[in-house]
Amino acid sequence: MSSDDVNKGRRRFLVATTSVVGGVGVGLAAVPFIKSWMPSAKAQAVGVPVEVNIGKLKEGQLLKVQWRGQTIGVLRRTPEMISELTNVEDVLADPESVEADQPEYVHGEQRSLKPEFLVVNMHCTHLGCVPQMIPQVGPQPFDDNWNGGFYCPCHKSKFDLSGRVYKGVPAPTNLRIPPYSFLDDRTLMIGVSPQGAV
Amino acid sequence: MAKFASSLSKQTGAFMNWLDDRLPVTSFWNAVMTGYQAPKNFNFWYYMGSLALLVLVIQIFSGILLTMHYKPSAAEAFASVEYIMRDVDWGWLIRYMHTTGASFFFILVYLHMFRSLLYGSHKAPRELLWVFGMFIYVALMAEAFLGYILPWGQMSYWGAQVIINLFGAIPKIGEPLTQWIRGDYFISDATLNRFFALHVIAVPLALMGLVLLHLVALRENGSNNPDGIEIKKNKGADGTPLDGIPFHPYYTVKDIFGVGMFLILFSFILFFWPEAGGMFLEHDNFVPADSLVTPVHIKPVWYFTPFYAILKAVPDKLMGVIVMGASVAVLFFLPWLDRSPVKSIRYRGLWYKVLLGLFTIAFVRLGLLGMAEGTPAQTWEMRIWTLVYFMFFVLLFFLSPRGKTKPEPDRVTH
Repeated sequence: MSSDDVNKGRRRFLVATTSVVGGVGVGLAAVPFIKSWMPSAKAQAVGVPVEVNIGKLKEGQLLKVQWRGQTIGVLRRTPEMISELTNVEDVLADPESVEADQPEYVHGEQRSLKPEFLVVNMHCTHLGCVPQMIPQVGPQPFDDNWNGGFYCPCHKSKFDLSGRVYKGVPAPTNLRIPPYSFLDDRTLMIGVSPQGAV
Repeated sequence: MAKFASSLSKQTGAFMNWLDDRLPVTSFWNAVMTGYQAPKNFNFWYYMGSLALLVLVIQIFSGILLTMHYKPSAAEAFASVEYIMRDVDWGWLIRYMHTTGASFFFILVYLHMFRSLLYGSHKAPRELLWVFGMFIYVALMAEAFLGYILPWGQMSYWGAQVIINLFGAIPKIGEPLTQWIRGDYFISDATLNRFFALHVIAVPLALMGLVLLHLVALRENGSNNPDGIEIKKNKGADGTPLDGIPFHPYYTVKDIFGVGMFLILFSFILFFWPEAGGMFLEHDNFVPADSLVTPVHIKPVWYFTPFYAILKAVPDKLMGVIVMGASVAVLFFLPWLDRSPVKSIRYRGLWYKVLLGLFTIAFVRLGLLGMAEGTPAQTWEMRIWTLVYFMFFVLLFFLSPRGKTKPEPDRVTH
């Protein structure tokens, strides 16, 4: 066959269609290998609710528990801490928690079912470190007018004692509030909303 | 005796002929070693490449031995590293080789890259050589990050938490992407296990391939030199560059001397100062990973701190990640941002010395600030140096075509 007989248009068409079909095939064949990286069935199954006894929690004390691998903080706030919440609103980015990831049934500056108990996902909404609680009111190395709150050691994000984020810090939103409910006065259930609530 | 020697050399010659007919051993050796002409004016800065290759070999060698004792599971990892340190014969030596090697890899690579900025080694026709080098650098950062998780200490855990969550800043796909990387909803056994696989197989393979490409691209145009002029422009009657000398034996011997000096320094750190005061091995990483408590003073290992400082300087999650990514990405484009007609700093005007000086100070200062506690004043300083870092590339682009230069010599100087 001489090269004059080559139908270049047909050859180009065949090369292009073969490449496209082959490419789609490779793409589809990659799915199982990419999917194998997703959380396994076992990892997905470990999301059970956690029961927490808060009867022995002292005023001002923070208890950390694990729920779905996340660190959940339960803080029993003093009356002073609760009254301080209204004083910090000027420096907060989202005092009304409009942007926050939280259940419908927590609202206002207290962000809790009972004002005394703050239940909060402790992971900073920036890059997931666990902020330290620094409840003392007064100048701190990182803030001259500190009103007490959470301070993230990783990238200097600041939150008040309701987990609301300060202005001008890297964290974009308030700390998340997980679904939770009270079984009785002494027992908290993290991962389950109160009956009838959304 | 003489008769025996001549018959031996005859037999060796016959064997080499047999071999060369089947595998191009001699022609390959001639092409890349004895027949490869390198500029005769290399200085101290030209040790770094071959030493980086040596450290790669040290890392692979010590790494293979470590995998024989290390257990990549969240329950056993920390204890298995302590087991290596205390119970395995010479285990401490092998592990300290690996940890010291990691830091020295970055020291050498940073000096190697700085050499490029000094003498314009990234400029045409060596743009791809630089780009391959940048890919090596990025692969090396990935390799260092993945390896840092394996001891499963506090810094391993929280470092991984921060770095993986960087991907979470991407709108929409961020959250599922972090789950895909972790293989779980938090950093867990699944994460550790896959990072081990990536650290010991995937990334080293990619790294070796990239090093091969880097070397092939290097041999194609030959090395640059401190004068930044092409030695191939001046060839003698026999067709070899007048300013070139055979790579072997001249530079192999020079590099072996460099290896000797380097190993003295390396051994000193390895035997007397392996933690380097918390720089090479951080104190908090001697505490087992605890998902409930973030260490009070968290920072990456020293070689990441300049970029960490840039991340901390930006008071916005997504923008911080973008700016930090850009600070690495911009380096890939250096060959096209540097439009100066001459390569070497020797023949560029004061403008380049000032620019490069400020850039170097910015990089070092950002590195130091990235390790610091982070007062508001330091945050402002980080912002200033971040600006200086990026202004280097902007000003380089606009100043380099019209910045003052001196005439380049025809032949290399000493």
